[in-house]
Amino acid sequence: MAEEKLVSSRETYGKLLVELGKEYKNLVVLDADLSSSTKTCTFCREFPDRFINCGVAEQDMIGVAAGLAASGKIVFASTFAVFASGRAWDQVRVSVAYPRLNVKIVATHGGITTGEDGVTHQAMEDIAIMRSLPNLTVIVPADAIETANTIKALVKTHGPAYVRLNRPKVPLVYESENYGFKIGKALEMTGGKDLTIIACGIMVKISMDAAKLLQNEGISVRVINMHTIKPLDAEMIIKAAKETGAIVTAEEHSIVGGLGGAVAEVICENYPVPVVRVGMKDMFAESGKPQELLEKYGMTAKDVVAAAKLALSRKGK
Amino acid sequence: MGISREKIKELEEKARVIRRHIVEMIGRADSGHPGGSLSATDIVTSLYFYKMKIDPKKPELEDRDKFVLSKGHAAPVLYAVLAESGYFPVAYLKTLRQIGSSLQGHPDMLSLPGIEMTSGSLGQGLSVAVGMALANRMDKKDSKVYCLIGDGESQEGQIWEAAMAAGHHKLDNLIVMLDHNKLQIDGKVEDIKGIEPISDKWKAFRFNVIDNVDGHSIKDVCAALDKAAAHKGKPTAIIFETTKGKGVSFMEGVVGFHGRPPTKPELEKALQEL
Repeated sequence: MAEEKLVSSRETYGKLLVELGKEYKNLVVLDADLSSSTKTCTFCREFPDRFINCGVAEQDMIGVAAGLAASGKIVFASTFAVFASGRAWDQVRVSVAYPRLNVKIVATHGGITTGEDGVTHQAMEDIAIMRSLPNLTVIVPADAIETANTIKALVKTHGPAYVRLNRPKVPLVYESENYGFKIGKALEMTGGKDLTIIACGIMVKISMDAAKLLQNEGISVRVINMHTIKPLDAEMIIKAAKETGAIVTAEEHSIVGGLGGAVAEVICENYPVPVVRVGMKDMFAESGKPQELLEKYGMTAKDVVAAAKLALSRKGK
Repeated sequence: MGISREKIKELEEKARVIRRHIVEMIGRADSGHPGGSLSATDIVTSLYFYKMKIDPKKPELEDRDKFVLSKGHAAPVLYAVLAESGYFPVAYLKTLRQIGSSLQGHPDMLSLPGIEMTSGSLGQGLSVAVGMALANRMDKKDSKVYCLIGDGESQEGQIWEAAMAAGHHKLDNLIVMLDHNKLQIDGKVEDIKGIEPISDKWKAFRFNVIDNVDGHSIKDVCAALDKAAAHKGKPTAIIFETTKGKGVSFMEGVVGFHGRPPTKPELEKALQEL
């Protein structure tokens, strides 16, 4: 178990882009006037000729990304998650996902921990709307190390992808990059037999904390890091349902259509067991500090514990 | 310099054949958009048979020019021109919009060689063309990117985002061609949401503008394309004055034929005229 160390995923992303830029001469990076926030500015300083600031025009940025990719470039396009997904969704659908172009949309400021900027800047629906697009890989890394693994894997994989990172520094879940990361392959963080918590993003660490609390009460909990929302590792979910008989999902996202929705779809169709979703309860939040918001809107270890107990109480009924 | 009289004759004949394909394929499919395909026919014909550096036998030719049909509903004109160029057999045109066909209702770049970009949701093609032009510049290719947009399509905000990008980057390897046929689905463009003064708008977005070009005079179309391709320091917008449904008397200037196929008797009449 790694010690509690806070590392910024977007800084990791920015640094990695520079490394990859040296290796891949056809790698181009785009941003929409947020390069100092998304950290693509590090690439911009190193490779100004392969960086295009599209200005405050996210829809245009996605189209430009598609045109570059259609010309043989590996394109990384970054902005805040709320704009990359919602603002430019049809552009992603028609100009990127449908023609399967090699565009990697790496969105920062995902989720409620975007904090003080409030509802307009907190992407709480992006996983749902992006995972509904055919051909688009959707990944929510658990920490900075997994972010590095994700970006390195994506640069080698042709095709469109959406990656969701956070604004604040987040605790490390992993100690090193060698833990067997593979796109589309979920990872078991802790073994257990009474219940499984399936989480993504920052909720992986929070779910591991919850698992410890439950363990203290004698409940054996399996925690799964479902970093890839699409293509979803259905096999891992079904196995967990069969072996533990109850599922909790945990995401820093609306409970509508995101990880919880995706897991529920698999469970309902394959091996129905109780499912309880932890996440934003189909409402808009507000401005506040990240931790305050997680607490007020029910996305803490305590909330995961409560959900687990509810799922357990429904088990076998 | 310029285009010879013989070449003009040849292109006019080609455009006639392409117009026949358009009405025939849409008539047979009983679905599709004849109006905006016919208004753009002379422009797209001139591009493929006069202006662009392409090789239908090598669709992926490294330094080819590219055409992006941003007004994707004019897919029939693109398909007819590609077939006549030799990208695929002309006989395949009859599969337009049929299940299992590569000739999708709107262009799908993965379905057929020669289609440079997927389009159909209006306003998106010009941004893609900007990306292609930027890529050409990065790769030090002198290839051009030609993008055809509609006047109704010019109501899309993304067109102007892309225009601002092209002007900012001084993309003189990009040529925007406006099919100014003055009609859209619900009526006259100027009645629905006017786009005038359209030349001034493109100028304001830092474009070199060639306007008042008769989009149905092969000679004028080719001359404008030559001028545009030679212009340095700025992207060029050519405003082609066109007639929706051009070439079929009962479709010309008729709003209804934006997205309505001809009936059987109408198709016969159209083919007689062409």
